[in-house]
Amino acid sequence: MGYFLLRRTVGFLATVLTITMVVFAVMNILPGDPALTILGIDASEQALAALRAQLGLNDPVLVRYAAWIGDALTGDFGTSHSYRVPVSELVLERMPLTLSLAIGGMVATVLLALVLGIGAAANHRKSGDWGVMFLSQIGIAVPSFWAAMLLVLLFAVHLQWLPPGGFPGWSDPVAAVRALILPVAALTIVQAAVLARVTRSSALEVMRLDYVRTARAMGYPRQRILWRHVLPNALVPIVTIVGLQFASLITGTIVIENVFYLPGLGRLVFQAIANRDLPLVQALVTLFAVIVVTVNFLVDVIYVMIDPRLKARA
Amino acid sequence: MIALSDVSVGFDGARALRDVTLSVARGERLGIVGESGSGKSMLGLAMMGMVPDAARIAGEIVLDGTAMSGAPERVWRRARARKVAMIFQEPMAALNPLQRLGETVMEPLLVHQGLGRSAARARTLELFDEVGIPDPEARLRQYPHEISGGQRQRVLIALSLTCDPALLIADEPTTALDAHVALRIIELLVRLADKRRMALVFISHDLAAVARATERIAVMYGGEIVEGGPTPAVLAAPRHPYTRGLLGARPGIGGQTPGRDADGRRKRLPTIPGSVPPLSLLPAGCRFAGRCAVELSHCAAVRPEPYRLPDGRFAACHLLGAGT
Repeated sequence: MGYFLLRRTVGFLATVLTITMVVFAVMNILPGDPALTILGIDASEQALAALRAQLGLNDPVLVRYAAWIGDALTGDFGTSHSYRVPVSELVLERMPLTLSLAIGGMVATVLLALVLGIGAAANHRKSGDWGVMFLSQIGIAVPSFWAAMLLVLLFAVHLQWLPPGGFPGWSDPVAAVRALILPVAALTIVQAAVLARVTRSSALEVMRLDYVRTARAMGYPRQRILWRHVLPNALVPIVTIVGLQFASLITGTIVIENVFYLPGLGRLVFQAIANRDLPLVQALVTLFAVIVVTVNFLVDVIYVMIDPRLKARA
Repeated sequence: MIALSDVSVGFDGARALRDVTLSVARGERLGIVGESGSGKSMLGLAMMGMVPDAARIAGEIVLDGTAMSGAPERVWRRARARKVAMIFQEPMAALNPLQRLGETVMEPLLVHQGLGRSAARARTLELFDEVGIPDPEARLRQYPHEISGGQRQRVLIALSLTCDPALLIADEPTTALDAHVALRIIELLVRLADKRRMALVFISHDLAAVARATERIAVMYGGEIVEGGPTPAVLAAPRHPYTRGLLGARPGIGGQTPGRDADGRRKRLPTIPGSVPPLSLLPAGCRFAGRCAVELSHCAAVRPEPYRLPDGRFAACHLLGAGT
């Protein structure tokens, strides 16, 4: 296990390093002159040249990369061109909202999908199973931004139970949570539909196995067999998909935060790209990538925790 | 302990069991033999109330004085482990790979017997000891993949004994094991059945195993019991052509070598011609018709009644009725 963790940690760091290189390279290949964006198209050639020199844009790429990485390691991601504040400050301010959305969406997805998926498997080829399969088919087919708009129409405009968008800040926790319910629901619908299907098929596969027959022969209650014997054994494919889904939840927040006017990282990265705000885009894309890689790392650790047979091989 | 009368299990159009009647008393050891597809595993599942959802079951099953015919799943569930327990063929596959062996065997003690964790743990150690698992303390923390096939089967036997069942059904318990390990498991099952006054139903295609494990035997073919009686008598002088074929198809048992013919050449092992037909294609009369070496003209059409023989033996064959 110790060796496994060491190997995975080295792999993790190598992946993050590679990501920073790719992000930096892509940002520098993309057309668009940050100096021109900052000063506007009416700026004089001298002013532009002065600003390029000040931003270090004339240095060789490797020098600029080294400077960026060096600063980043000390927590300094530069200053946002468009907001004129340190990038780290902006990111830290916006992060709680996006993480709440992503983690809330993931928790809701897992709970809903496990209950629906296990329920469908337990009622294989009965009405409950058909119902879950039908609903999940619709859930998969509906894009999350459209689901978001339908939710707003129904719960905010028509029923007026929840706010249609915006975020009141964390000082009023009840209002904050109310503001997050619809965005989380919109993110959850698609993800839970996919995960419920994965759960169902994985559980069905496990339910045919001999040890489930043993559990039945021991007269255990149905629910105990499902949750104590079937689910843990069905978990490996489920955890794999959850790991992948967390990545798409993070990118999903970009769309959802724009639909609901939520001041999170997703909306920030959208605006940063539109404004050619290079330091901000670099920092955000790197952050998203690091989050995804971290989740994949956790998924690998969870595999070993679930299945003792993997520990011997790990 | 358990009595079945005229039990049939049908899937649409095909019958996996046809009018099976048998009973096993407390402390008695009954062997069920037959080829794959003869219905012997289905018979075991029927005694557990675990026939597949798609199957229809008819006939009487009386378990420990309670009529179980048509009983709902929840009644069967309460009978399982406590009245009737079952062990299966593949000991690796039959144990939950994510559970430590201790957790597996403690589970019924916690769930059914209402024991606390420490009492359940102590009882598990006793059971491990009873089924001959060495170093039980260390085994508690191990996983199924860490122990051998024979040890796994012992863990499953310990599991099946947790709630003191009056009847233990062992479906091919030794088939997946090495010969010498299989022998130890058979000895263990016999010892447990005698000591606990527990009825044992030993299902196997292995006649040598059944000969060692049981006092009475029922030979199955095509979902029916075609011959039955005391194990030594039936195996020594089988009366049904199918049982004869089954005995003839064994390689030398008990030191015999496959014989040589008059010219000194090795004789080929005799076999039963053909194979068990699919359930839906079995003849309406005697199910063995078509493969039988001594078939009469009416065998395929007319079903033979079980013909009673001395010493509590019976065989379902027209030849016996004809006085042959």
